[in-house]
Amino acid sequence: MSEFTKLTIKDALTGLNNKEFSAVELAQSSLDAFKQYEDLNAATVLCPQEAMQLAQASDMRRSKGETLGLMDGIPIGIKDLFCTKGVQSTACSKILEGFKPEYESFVSQKLQNEGAVMTAKLNMDQFAMGSANLTSYFGSVKNPWQGKDGEILVPGGSSGGSAAAVSAGLVLAATGTDTGGSIRQPAAFTGIVGFKPTYGRCSRWGIIAFASSLDQAGPMTKTVDDAALMLSAMAGHDPMDSTSAPKDVPNYLQTLNGDVKGLKIGIPKEYMIDGMNPEIKAQWEKGAQWLKEQGAEIIEVSLPHTEYALPTYYIIAPAEASANLSRYDGVRFGLRKDGETLDEMYANTRAEGFGDEVKRRIMIGTYVLSAGFYDAYYIRAQKIRRLIQQDFTNAFKQVDAILTPTAPSAAFSLDNAPSDPVTMYLNDVFTVPSSLAGLPAISVPSNLSQSGLPLGLQVIGGMFDEHTVLKVGKALENAAGFNHVPHILR
Amino acid sequence: MSVIDRDTVRKVAFLSRIKVEEEALDGLAGEISKILTWIEKLQEVDVSNVEPLASVVELTQPMRQDKITDGGYPEKVLSNAPKVAHGYFTVPKVVE
Repeated sequence: MSEFTKLTIKDALTGLNNKEFSAVELAQSSLDAFKQYEDLNAATVLCPQEAMQLAQASDMRRSKGETLGLMDGIPIGIKDLFCTKGVQSTACSKILEGFKPEYESFVSQKLQNEGAVMTAKLNMDQFAMGSANLTSYFGSVKNPWQGKDGEILVPGGSSGGSAAAVSAGLVLAATGTDTGGSIRQPAAFTGIVGFKPTYGRCSRWGIIAFASSLDQAGPMTKTVDDAALMLSAMAGHDPMDSTSAPKDVPNYLQTLNGDVKGLKIGIPKEYMIDGMNPEIKAQWEKGAQWLKEQGAEIIEVSLPHTEYALPTYYIIAPAEASANLSRYDGVRFGLRKDGETLDEMYANTRAEGFGDEVKRRIMIGTYVLSAGFYDAYYIRAQKIRRLIQQDFTNAFKQVDAILTPTAPSAAFSLDNAPSDPVTMYLNDVFTVPSSLAGLPAISVPSNLSQSGLPLGLQVIGGMFDEHTVLKVGKALENAAGFNHVPHILR
Repeated sequence: MSVIDRDTVRKVAFLSRIKVEEEALDGLAGEISKILTWIEKLQEVDVSNVEPLASVVELTQPMRQDKITDGGYPEKVLSNAPKVAHGYFTVPKVVE
């Protein structure tokens, strides 16, 4: 199986059903690939024993012709933000080093019920706070794509380990989570598909919380078809998450086609930001052209509060994080650094356990929630969040989906990554608005930049309209014919 | 301009229960001030008559029977605790 790294889920299911290879062979190939490309630092834990057990059970089911789930025998990676029973789960923070949950997250359990085989836990930005995978306690992840003369690039973040693992073909698919762009931006940086479904589609139960009103799990895959398939395997109502939507989950793949004829596609004029990279602009225009050629109608729309989305996000997300991360107190789980008093023990533990970016965001969140600033910052941000949501509601009266670039640039150099937090935050300029509005959005690889790096296009849909998002994504994928492979696989 | 000083950082660090060394206060004050200054942009938006949006899921909270549905496994609850004694979590002495 020399072509393991290029397999899609769909191909693999066909191969498994035709007995060209077994689930055990697939799992072994995945584990071998992680070892071969260890240098990418995509995994935090490999799970050979658990994977082999699950793969053997899958092969047994298939040999008996028993009812199989949507992903039976498919090797996948799980972002380290998901709690996995008996397997270290840390959100890539020192404060949770060695934490082995006694329970399994809803999403990873559902994937397992559908027959998926977890071969590894995947590296990420610490507590999902970052856009370049530079904040992980386990070290940064390298992008399988490289710059000029083999220059090392970041894979994006926060789901950077997931993106690198899928792009390099170490797993056939991976889970990601997206709070402000953490699935879509790394997908764009690594030339894969990343899909953040509607807020509430996937249960947050067992996902280590960052900003609870924004956090949402989704699939990271090689193709739009695979994203549709995997979303059906991950999503669903869960009574343990009161924000999880009590809606049926369709089989997205079954109904998926790229027929965009007659669809109205919005181009938001406010996304044409000052100083936009000409390559990104050209790629965006190309995307609109592709859809037009396939019969879609391109309409300019206005999302007037777009420029306020990032600052709004950087109040709401840190505020929620400061509350969520108060649970790391050195008492119930994780790291503990002793102190003379209880307060000292808390402060010592958290100073030692959290990374710099996490501390900065907790402190900003604490500040904007503190007496005297709550109304001026936090409540004002929540009001502007409503205005941003209303912008989208108005736009979706005119159009079926919205097309934008995913990120303002291609992947950047690991050594020359911006050290200024605000500059780093700008990576999410195109992804944050739809996160604040809770809308489903996909990133699809479109073409290569002049320097030979993948670029992504984003499609945003209305609430719970994953179907249209996938359809437009598929039309873009068909037109783009993106079949480039990352440098390390050449 | 929303610039915070080292005293404010010290106070916020205490509220956050994160120990910050004295020599790190100025650097953090600068970084946080820069972020807050960037966020100041929101002051220019007219938000009169706008209701805050806490969550895009505006459903009523689901109700369930007030019955115990989980529990009865203290050893699992304690299995990841850094310090336990006699089946309890432990903390430094809080009462004299």
